[in-house]
Amino acid sequence: MPWRLLRFALSKKHPEPRMFAQPDKLKTSYDAVIIGGGGHGLAAAYYLARDHGMTNIAVLEKGYIGGGNTGRNTTIIRSNYLTPEGVKFYDASLDLWKDLSQDFDLNLFYSTRGHYTLAHTDAAMRTMRWRAEVNKHYGIDSEVVGPEEIRRASPQIDLSCGGHSPILGALYHAPGAVARHDAVAWGYGRGASMRGVEIHQQTQVMGIDVQGGKVCGVHTDKGYISTPKVLCAVAGSTPRITDMVGLRTPIYIHPLQAMVSEPMKPWLDPILVSGSLHIYVSQSARGELVMGASLDPYELHSTRSTLDFVEGLSAHMLDMFPFLSHVKVVRQWAGMADMTPDFAPIMGKTPVEGFYLDAGWGTWGFKATPISGKTMAYTLANDRNHELIEGFSLSRFARYALTGEKGAASVGH
Amino acid sequence: MKILTCPINGTRPISEFIYGGEYRAMPDPQVVSDEAWADYVFNRNGAPGIKLEWWCHASSTTWFIVERDTARDRVVRSFLFDEIRYQGGAK
Repeated sequence: MPWRLLRFALSKKHPEPRMFAQPDKLKTSYDAVIIGGGGHGLAAAYYLARDHGMTNIAVLEKGYIGGGNTGRNTTIIRSNYLTPEGVKFYDASLDLWKDLSQDFDLNLFYSTRGHYTLAHTDAAMRTMRWRAEVNKHYGIDSEVVGPEEIRRASPQIDLSCGGHSPILGALYHAPGAVARHDAVAWGYGRGASMRGVEIHQQTQVMGIDVQGGKVCGVHTDKGYISTPKVLCAVAGSTPRITDMVGLRTPIYIHPLQAMVSEPMKPWLDPILVSGSLHIYVSQSARGELVMGASLDPYELHSTRSTLDFVEGLSAHMLDMFPFLSHVKVVRQWAGMADMTPDFAPIMGKTPVEGFYLDAGWGTWGFKATPISGKTMAYTLANDRNHELIEGFSLSRFARYALTGEKGAASVGH
Repeated sequence: MKILTCPINGTRPISEFIYGGEYRAMPDPQVVSDEAWADYVFNRNGAPGIKLEWWCHASSTTWFIVERDTARDRVVRSFLFDEIRYQGGAK
């Protein structure tokens, strides 16, 4: 052990400053309040402070930072979506991801792996070709590959999947990546905190004060705050917040579960996704397989785990990789996904003046963390929707103008 | 929730059932405005609470209504839709 470390064991002074300042008390007013201290909320706070000079901001978090869906996803980052709106938006996110570790001076373990969406049916192949063409049109590295390329990228795979759903090809997206998800929340949180944003953990919003169609303040369990602007970035708790301002939305909540295996030597380089087998899997820097599947089949506001999920997902994993039969599952968990009818998010201004939504992030929110923070910061600062999020407004449903992104969801839901 | 009671077939494992979403009274499509129709088609009561839901017992294709607490996953009761129909709608 280096001597300088030992010195700190004997002294009361800690060598490393805390990641975030711990503000003692809420002030009575802020220029903006962000509800939700996950990746999206903290990213919005970070860009508001850095790019728009707004630092008199409070981030209110009911639990702890990054303890919601930011720390519960399977960390996959990609931009091979289906609609022009989605492709442009997620690709802008990918650009931000690449420099984020430098930006924060914090190692996010951002690791570009290549992302294969496997197709087991002719219909799936057709969707892959469609996505590849849309992607290429917008300059995204995305192409359809055959079974031989898949075998080269992942030699252990059983291309026949136990004989019952042979792999016909895949959509290959070279920039597909994984990152350490809680570090993303910490990086944004530290950056925002350094610039003067206050992060209040264990502070719950009890109500939102709306007068004459305008936001005036927020009731919390630690007192009242007056503010003209509120950003709601609470993932699976969105309907509870929108009910506080009397806003109807199409959002419905289903749990999404995930699990990891025991650590192994590195053997799986790419990220593999199979819509038909309901699997997405990658190997983390620690060697664990990080695995996810489709949504739980009915509405539930809980993060409980089920044995059904582990059994179902393990069976499908063995179809693809029979040699894993002796590997143990060590952890499972769940998050609450706020789903939308068209599998696109709901972002931007709402009919309630000063109330902004960053919601409907269902099962696809982690990869969008940087760009949603950036575009929501712009929208809040200028009270005008950023051009990249125009296709995601809440008003699209009343106009029957949906942004159909279901074909780009990683697994069939 | 590991089991559910079908009003016709009794208590069965949850894997035999299909969830059909919250029960909501449909406005008359002939007279409703576009806006109210969009509200019916898309908008949901997303917050947790005790809700009436459609469920189907798959192997017998019996559709029925379940009253369930969506925060704690506890079933209050299940019954056939007739009970709502003959009362002229619920909620």
